[in-house]
Amino acid sequence: MTPQPPSGQPGTNGARANQAETGEPDAQAGQHLSFGHKLPAQGSAPSKGTIRILQLYPRDMNIYGDWGNALVLAQRLRWHGYTPELLEYNVGDDFPPNVDLIVGGGGQDSGQLVIQDDLLSRESTLKDLAEEGTPMLLICGLYQLFGKFFKTRTGSVIPGIGILDAETHGTDERLIGNVAVSSPEFGSILGYENHSGQTSLGPGVAPLGTTTKGTGNNSNDGQEGARYRNIVASYLHGSLLPKNPKLADFLIRTAVERKYGSFSPGSPDDSYAVLAREHAARRPR
Amino acid sequence: MFYFSVPLGKLVRRVSRLRGGGSALPGLVVEKIDPGFMQRTLSTLPLGVAVVSGTNGKTTTTKMVVELLESQGLKVFTNRTGSNFTRGVAAALLGEVDWRGRLNADVAVLELDEAHAVHFVNQVPPRYCLLLNVLRDQLDRFGEIDKTAQLLEHIAAKTTGTVVLNREDPRVARIAGTLNGPEVLYFGLDDSLLSTFPNDDEMRAAPGSPVPPAPERPPADVVLRRVGTDDADFEYDGVTVTTGMKLRGVYNIFNAAAALTLDRALATNGKSGVADNDGLLTALSRVAPAFGRGESLVVDGLPLELVLVKNPSGFRLGLKSFPAAGYATMIAINDNYADGRDMSWLWDVEFGTLRNGGVDQLSGSRAYDMALRLQYDDVPIGAVNTEIAPALAAFIRDAKDKPKRIFCTYTAMLAIRRELSKITTVEVVS
Repeated sequence: MTPQPPSGQPGTNGARANQAETGEPDAQAGQHLSFGHKLPAQGSAPSKGTIRILQLYPRDMNIYGDWGNALVLAQRLRWHGYTPELLEYNVGDDFPPNVDLIVGGGGQDSGQLVIQDDLLSRESTLKDLAEEGTPMLLICGLYQLFGKFFKTRTGSVIPGIGILDAETHGTDERLIGNVAVSSPEFGSILGYENHSGQTSLGPGVAPLGTTTKGTGNNSNDGQEGARYRNIVASYLHGSLLPKNPKLADFLIRTAVERKYGSFSPGSPDDSYAVLAREHAARRPR
Repeated sequence: MFYFSVPLGKLVRRVSRLRGGGSALPGLVVEKIDPGFMQRTLSTLPLGVAVVSGTNGKTTTTKMVVELLESQGLKVFTNRTGSNFTRGVAAALLGEVDWRGRLNADVAVLELDEAHAVHFVNQVPPRYCLLLNVLRDQLDRFGEIDKTAQLLEHIAAKTTGTVVLNREDPRVARIAGTLNGPEVLYFGLDDSLLSTFPNDDEMRAAPGSPVPPAPERPPADVVLRRVGTDDADFEYDGVTVTTGMKLRGVYNIFNAAAALTLDRALATNGKSGVADNDGLLTALSRVAPAFGRGESLVVDGLPLELVLVKNPSGFRLGLKSFPAAGYATMIAINDNYADGRDMSWLWDVEFGTLRNGGVDQLSGSRAYDMALRLQYDDVPIGAVNTEIAPALAAFIRDAKDKPKRIFCTYTAMLAIRRELSKITTVEVVS
């Protein structure tokens, strides 16, 4: 069988494939993309608008597949007819203005130490953005640090920025494996967890959902992740957004509506996502 | 007790072989009834034990180290079948010792998984160790990269003679500062090749962001200066020597510098007291890739290459070392324990180099995760089938007139080799 172009954006595949082959200068590639990834040139349809996605600390908090979440947001924006602009914020950088969407990932203990002071210095900026309703996706380590504190096994307390009413305690137990979550807003969410910090939610936030496979926030209450305003926080890797396009589109829709008043979606082809979910759901814990 | 342990273990080994069983059971039996067996047997070797560990390239490097030493007339014991854990070493030993437990070898060269190497060196302190790299691999097993680096540090600390370190991997090079016993030797890369080996930390930096000034690098015993299509330049003792190479892929050839460094040290401590560099290089030029590491089979008169991928950096290097043009491509991704169970790693690899030719066939238990990953990099996809046997058959049938390449995770590779052995000559490794 001859490989067929992927059909992320029905109707424009031919145009996109041709552009890629001619090797024309790529309008999107000049952007600030991490890992040296380049997005292929965009189709010729006029853009419905530009959304600025900020990756938080991609240099230090990017342990496993966090780029996948940023890539999915950028590509889906294009498939919906919008132009993504990917920005990075690392320790010591100027905080970019006019950010529409924020993604933050997980880090090793050493990464968390590196960003800790810088994150505290950005507390009021991030708090304002969160309270205004900026959509944010926070995975694992930054989920923990957006909470009130992380108390390590040895008893030392790493302060968080307290946007989420949640606290995390380090343990000797590492929670590892496939996870399925039932969420009232997003239906079934699939991912993979790998963490030893255990998080408990206070009354100020709601859980993202309850686990039907795996552990989630902690080994006691069956809750996974946190929801607050337009923040989605979760322990799930996988990466999270590719196999959970509803979550991705919630973040996109929210960002677009806040900026342009309304969102006119395209029709991304999610057939691979559907099949990947089916097969992932059958895998053992 | 140990008068009986070796005969008993060998008996179990024979029986389990007859039953077609795995390689570890006899090792388990001996370990249980005679825990000192391994230490006692290996301590008799005149040149001691060398441990090879790190995230990527252990199997190919170990193969090189062994073949180079054999070219020097040494008898080498090694764990050839990929049983790179302690019990596998005990099992392999049982196959080699005589009925009284004596091992006829000058030196043991053992490939050990980072976590198992720690158990092993606690029982048998090695005289040499060669530490290759610390990269993001199977974080669901070890938790964090820094943890993996600590495991390697422990191996180095237990080494009594010479520690060979990768000068270009900061997490490995850093280990030198923690040691105060053993001699430290480095293998290194020419500055011009450094950019072909982005480490995980550098990969997180955006293009255009300032590159931090290179830290002061210590002199290396062997430096890889240049990689050609079928040859390479190595520098040692102040001279640069060109040698032909059967190995493909710049990361395999960098590991040749690692093997040369270790073997030069071993040979210097051998009977003659000097390393026969010419002999080592001749042997190196003849080393063929280990199974699944860029190994080339023949199907329908055309090459079929197997490239094992098990972590983001390995996959990236594989894509870079084996250009897609002119080849039909298949990718098989399983998610068993030995493959890594978290699919996040696929999102840390960029697949843009496959965009022009597309990927003809996807397979493995996570074939659709791979399809989804390729969709987001705008890479055209041919067929998807999670079952490996029919997917492989379709791939070979539909790309009959093209050379083929299969990128596969570990257990997918084992399944593919089993299928291929039905139609071509394949070394089947159990």
